[in-house]
Amino acid sequence: MTEEKEYVPPVIKAEELDPKFKYKMSKEHGAEKVMVCFQCGTCTADCPIARFSEFYRPRRIARMVQLGLKDRLLLDGALWLCSSCFTCVDHCPQGVEIAGIVRVLRNMTVEDKNLLPLVYKELATNLMKTGFVYEIPDSRLQKRVEQGLPPLPKPNMKDVLKIFEVTGSARLLEKVQTIAKVESK
Amino acid sequence: MTKPKYLLFTGCVIPYRLSSYEISARKVLAKLDVELVEMPEYNCCGYPMDVVNHDLMLTLAARNLCVAEKMGLPILTLCNGCFCSLNETNKILKEDKKQREKINGYLKEVDMEFKGTTEVKHLIYVLSEDVGFEKIKNTVTKPLSNIRVAQHSGCHVLRPKKYVARDDPENPTTLKNLIKLTGAECLDYMDETECCGNPIIGVNEDVPFNMAKEKLEHVRAVGAQALITVCPFCHIMFDLNQPRIERAFNEKFNLPVLHYPQLLGLAMGFTPEELALNELRVKPTELLNLMKRGE
Ligand code: SF4
Ligand code: SF4
Ligand code: SF4
Ligand code: SF4
Repeated sequence: MTEEKEYVPPVIKAEELDPKFKYKMSKEHGAEKVMVCFQCGTCTADCPIARFSEFYRPRRIARMVQLGLKDRLLLDGALWLCSSCFTCVDHCPQGVEIAGIVRVLRNMTVEDKNLLPLVYKELATNLMKTGFVYEIPDSRLQKRVEQGLPPLPKPNMKDVLKIFEVTGSARLLEKVQTIAKVESK
Repeated sequence: MTKPKYLLFTGCVIPYRLSSYEISARKVLAKLDVELVEMPEYNCCGYPMDVVNHDLMLTLAARNLCVAEKMGLPILTLCNGCFCSLNETNKILKEDKKQREKINGYLKEVDMEFKGTTEVKHLIYVLSEDVGFEKIKNTVTKPLSNIRVAQHSGCHVLRPKKYVARDDPENPTTLKNLIKLTGAECLDYMDETECCGNPIIGVNEDVPFNMAKEKLEHVRAVGAQALITVCPFCHIMFDLNQPRIERAFNEKFNLPVLHYPQLLGLAMGFTPEELALNELRVKPTELLNLMKRGE
């Protein structure tokens, strides 16, 4: 048995609110409609992650954006639990795209807070090294030939690295600190 | 009739650990007179980089699209994730002038330009729309009539509706109909369209394991003898991770998970070895015995 924790009502301090945040978000691709969310809760009801997590709630994310609780959103690991299944996007009666909003918030976490789950840093490192997000060992490539598969094409690493550079991603990845795991309960 | 012709985009995870999908897909597509052209110098579709930087994902995907445009061919993907990012990027850049100008600005640095002349198709849409049910049916020489399976199409071949705009994501029928062509029965089960959770497994294992376990329970409850997938990530979740899920919940499923082209290939008369069935984690021994008995 776990001990019941005493209920402490969440307190939001006025200085935490950034009234301009929702306007900033509305300009981002995928988050344009965040202001028309009327808190019906369809997204939370249909979200597969919310069913198995005690605190991942897409509706709450939309509300927190509207209120301008930027730092809470960006520093709360919950953001990384969305599986981008797009169920919320297809079901929202207002055309709000929670999956898009989450993606914008994740990008902001990387940019403003220099935080990124370790797994993505590793995938990015592989990608910048090999053009693929997994480092495919030579034995695998050899096995392809034995299995009668054509050799894998060689990615153009010059182009891949250039794309990381011009989009500013190489700089972002260099300075991020990594988060190991995110709790769901 | 001219042969349908595509650039095959295998992505990263298939060559990394799921050659069985590529092997079986190439076999059945050749049988169906689909011509596959090897795509020169492609890179990761960009999908997992969307969390880091949206422009990075769009530009990596667009670079692949530019390669296809230069070759004047549509792209065929086997992976839902690759389909998701390549198809979405293709549609965004075709429709949204502002995004297109921005991404073309980045592409200029690598001497490329997105023009909007290619198309991205997932295997199941190539089969259902371009090859056609009639043609597939004619290649089935060993109908699997005493087999009952269930399907998991996976979210990214269906959603978001506005970019995929093909099958109905609330009641998908494409993969079901493709399965029926093999002679096998395709069973309905609870929460068929529910995601497997794989994309967040690197961040949290608990939620995806619960999601996958629930799906395996629902599939078992209707008496399916195998689960059919069309995405390497869905496959990893249900096949490769099945023993770990069994241990975590002290359950026994022993449910074989086949790539759709493996199922179709068996119905076409290919041997299990030719379709790399031996590479599956959960061995389909019983399923293959059942098939033999049906002959
Ligand atoms: S379904 Fe749409 S409108 Fe309803 S709470 Fe979610 S985002 Fe808001
Ligand atoms: S996209 Fe994310 S928030 Fe939306 S339903 Fe799927 S897991 Fe939930
Ligand atoms: S979806 Fe995954 S496997 Fe497919 S190309 Fe992208 S990163 Fe690679
Ligand atoms: S079910 Fe899982 S692996 Fe399959 S498409 Fe959806 S998120 Fe990806």
